[in-house]
Amino acid sequence: MATKTNLQAVRDTLMEIMERDPSVVVMGEDVGPRGGVFRATQGLYEKFGPERVIDTPLAELSIVAVGLGMALNGYRPICEIQFADFIFPAFNQIVNEVARYRYRSNGAWTVPMIIRAPYGGGVSGGLYHSQSVEAFFTHVPGLYVLAPSTPKDIVGLLRSAAQAPDPVLFFEHKRLYGLVKGEVPDEYYEIPIGEGDIKRAGDDITVVSYGMTLHEAIKAADKLAETDGIQAEVIDLRTLFPPDLDLIYESVRKTGKVLIVHEDNLTGGWGAEIAARIAEDMFEWLDAPVMRLAGPDVPAVPYAPPFEKWFLPLADKIEAKMRELAEY
Amino acid sequence: MSVQEKVMTRPSDRLNEEQLLQMYYYMVLSRKLDERMWILNRQGKAPFHISGIGHEAIQVAQGFAMRKGHDWLFPHYRDIATCLILGVTPRQMLLALLGKEGDVFSRGRQMPEHFSYKPSKIVTVSSPVMTQAPQAVGVALASQLQGKDEVVVVGFGEGATSEGDFHEALNWAGIYHPPIVFVCQNNQYAISVHVKKQMPVENVADRAAAYNIRGVIVDGNDLLACYDVMVEAVERARRGEGPTLVEAKTYRPVPHSTADDDRSYRSREEVEQWKKRDPILLYEKYLMERGLLDEEKKAEVLKQVMQEVDDAVDFALHQPYPPVESAAEGVFGDFHLVKWPKAFKRNA
Ligand SMILES: Cc1ncc(C[n+]2csc(CCOP(=O)(O)OP(=O)(O)O)c2C)c(N)n1
Ligand SMILES: [Mg+2]
Repeated sequence: MATKTNLQAVRDTLMEIMERDPSVVVMGEDVGPRGGVFRATQGLYEKFGPERVIDTPLAELSIVAVGLGMALNGYRPICEIQFADFIFPAFNQIVNEVARYRYRSNGAWTVPMIIRAPYGGGVSGGLYHSQSVEAFFTHVPGLYVLAPSTPKDIVGLLRSAAQAPDPVLFFEHKRLYGLVKGEVPDEYYEIPIGEGDIKRAGDDITVVSYGMTLHEAIKAADKLAETDGIQAEVIDLRTLFPPDLDLIYESVRKTGKVLIVHEDNLTGGWGAEIAARIAEDMFEWLDAPVMRLAGPDVPAVPYAPPFEKWFLPLADKIEAKMRELAEY
Repeated sequence: MSVQEKVMTRPSDRLNEEQLLQMYYYMVLSRKLDERMWILNRQGKAPFHISGIGHEAIQVAQGFAMRKGHDWLFPHYRDIATCLILGVTPRQMLLALLGKEGDVFSRGRQMPEHFSYKPSKIVTVSSPVMTQAPQAVGVALASQLQGKDEVVVVGFGEGATSEGDFHEALNWAGIYHPPIVFVCQNNQYAISVHVKKQMPVENVADRAAAYNIRGVIVDGNDLLACYDVMVEAVERARRGEGPTLVEAKTYRPVPHSTADDDRSYRSREEVEQWKKRDPILLYEKYLMERGLLDEEKKAEVLKQVMQEVDDAVDFALHQPYPPVESAAEGVFGDFHLVKWPKAFKRNA
């Protein structure tokens, strides 16, 4: 078993995928000799050369569109959007093109590609280097949307994504790149898309999360167990679309209480859909209203350190919300 | 080289009688099919149609300049003639017009003229204009990287060249020189907006200079002139000599689509003036001068075309619609590494 950071997990798995599948190309801004601004593609250029590790013009729309075209003609592109905040120039290509090719051609034309994007706050990135953009894409039929947040999950899901016959958006929380370390099994494994994971078992309340707030929720749960003796079950969605409702419902049947936590702002966040599903399908099992804790409805994470702290749903806030739910 | 010699080396000089008449056939077939689609719309049988009328010269030219089934086409939505040449049948066009079962473009999901036919490498068309241009660059780059000798032809109107997608596509093309030909059908209007309000340069082809690629202007109503330009552009691309932006200057003598009324934005005189330069009229004149066409032969072609059109219409009108359940299918493909949660009613 090797211990890796999230960043190493991304990098090593990209290396492995490119070694195994010669149709894979990596393309994006600064992904070549520089190895990416976060070094997620470090070493790929040296190993696979400029034809498979392509430094693109600074133009997100065409990073995605050119990738789409390559996917039609024998390649499996892994496109990097340098920061998720800058994915919007490519929004039309992703939503109207990448996601719709299969459906609109009745299955004749398909787009096997991955779009990777580092997202999230906690890095003093201000409004434009901190955004969580996943809810724009979970809304769009035709895209798999993944957001793993441990090295093991990143490896397993990236391996699956690299075999998918359809487009995958792969969100990597940038604050967690170096912060999270974990064990990665030596033997080969894959994690199916659509499978959540119980990161901490408990019987009293259910907490559903992903990304940085997942780790914060685990911290909060440990603390709450210690201070109040409340045992929270913490579920990591890992895949946002399709969300593992089966796993959530199983937990809710046990706890009757559920809190959804994400960093993306509250209104119209992915938690809203999860909450609606639980309310519709699990009404009889609930002993409390479905609760949500999310970033406030301001345009992304403001820069000054106290602002950032105010914005992010960190462990102390999650702990308070968990207590509120448990006591309901 | 003398002017005479130059003229003699035109690619169209190598076309034999049969090929020249075949081109004529496709022009007429496309036109008559198109006219019938308008009628079906006016009869309330077809919800929508967007037309290629008046644009047949460049469309037939590009179809004949391409290697059928080998080269790729990202069509302009007006490219009915090109698609017919590359292998789409009139029946298939009509099925798509009506959204019937057997519509090979999308099985009734997309509006008409959103072509897609994989056996002919005709890539699925969407409605947001110009999205196809950078995608076409990607296909061409992939061909280049794999050392294939395929060429990619991508079509669009002049209005859409204001979109950023166009400029990003040309930028990539200028950097990597993949085997691609950009074909602009400049019919001078984007719905109602005249080209003068669309761009600050005189010609779409002028825009090529900014990206260090070839820009060529051609009379888009002159079939053989278009053919010469297209063959040269396609074969240059195939030889690795880089991309070309072709601008075919033409005119749309009909409204933008069946949903448009063009009387509000241009004069009838202007339209009538252009009808005198109808590409089919011009080509008929040429063929007659060369002794390849006379009234009798014309009538024969028309009769054959109308049989095909009638057959297609009759066939399509009598086909069923796809089952409604099919509209919920095919959002994702089968994949062994996805676990669809049972509680998540897939596609419902
Ligand atoms: C992105 C986008 N904006 C607006 C439209 C609506 N629209 C459809 S065709 C068209 C005009 C296109 O003009 P041009 O590119 O010159 O092509 P033409 O129809 O004249 O052949 C417009 C505005 C659209 N389809 N896509
Ligand atoms: Mg136009």
